[in-house]
Amino acid sequence: MRTSAVAPPLDRFIDTLAQRIVAASEELTALDSAIGDADHGLNMKRGFEAILAERASLVAKPLPDALKAMGTILVMKVGGASGPLYGTLFMTLGKELPADPSVADAARAMAAAMTALKARGKADLGNKTMLDVLGPLADHLGSGGASFASIRKLAAESAAATVPMKAIRGRASFLGERSIGHMDPGARSSQIMIDAVCDVLEGKA
Amino acid sequence: MSGKVGIVIVSHSPDVAKGAADMVRQMVGNDVPLGFCGGNPDGGLGTSVEKILAAIDQAWSEAGVAILVDLGGAETNSEMAIEMLPDERQGKVVICNAPVVEGAVMAATESWGGSSLAEVKKTAEELSPQ
Repeated sequence: MRTSAVAPPLDRFIDTLAQRIVAASEELTALDSAIGDADHGLNMKRGFEAILAERASLVAKPLPDALKAMGTILVMKVGGASGPLYGTLFMTLGKELPADPSVADAARAMAAAMTALKARGKADLGNKTMLDVLGPLADHLGSGGASFASIRKLAAESAAATVPMKAIRGRASFLGERSIGHMDPGARSSQIMIDAVCDVLEGKA
Repeated sequence: MSGKVGIVIVSHSPDVAKGAADMVRQMVGNDVPLGFCGGNPDGGLGTSVEKILAAIDQAWSEAGVAILVDLGGAETNSEMAIEMLPDERQGKVVICNAPVVEGAVMAATESWGGSSLAEVKKTAEELSPQ
């Protein structure tokens, strides 16, 4: 994995994350129309477009401050439950990560984010949510054996593993058994972000 | 304003929020501080932390504020809005686990009678199956 000497600039993270989320907007909304209220893609697109609008001030900040500011923008601009949830993720990572994080820092910050997200969403692993992708990632980073390839593979498998789950939280929970058979849109958007971060860190984006 | 508990209505729909607020006004007149909001930051269906903060401000009472919400995102966004309030206000705002329209009317009626925040919340929540 990378060392601090090759840390990519913040603008590449912001641009790549925003591009991928905006590009996936229709896919995420289609997933959400199957089991939710068909707004996840549009909401996330609005949030990341608002982040792009603040790009100049964000890239001038140290990483922790930029992450906190991105979290606040998502909270204020997304307009669905994903705003406070992804906002909490970014704000917690901003609070926990140093300016130049190691893998161990990332593992610790993701573990803290999982605790914060469980409280925010009143959800747990296995409820068919973004936690089912982010939780395994936190554990994997903490295991010490993570590679970019293993992280991407785990994220894809974790998102796919939400398909047979029954939703317990959020609008999808109204569907009960009928939520089974569809990928959770929040799990998919988390996977997209994990891929984007891997691509930037590996120099592929 | 009055020492009565404020009521905030948060719906995904601006029309539902306004309609519920109209019903509250018809029941209790202008004696109960009332705020309402609906819609995402673009005006479509959804909820907005910014709008919820403004509605709490509008309904602010030293006796506290009870929030009624419709669906999941309205609750999560309302919780987020409460955490963003100044410290001295945070402990005086609660979300009621109650249906938004009936809950708002019942909560406002209880507030109009001069009840405490805890009593207002309890009355609204009696509408929910336990």
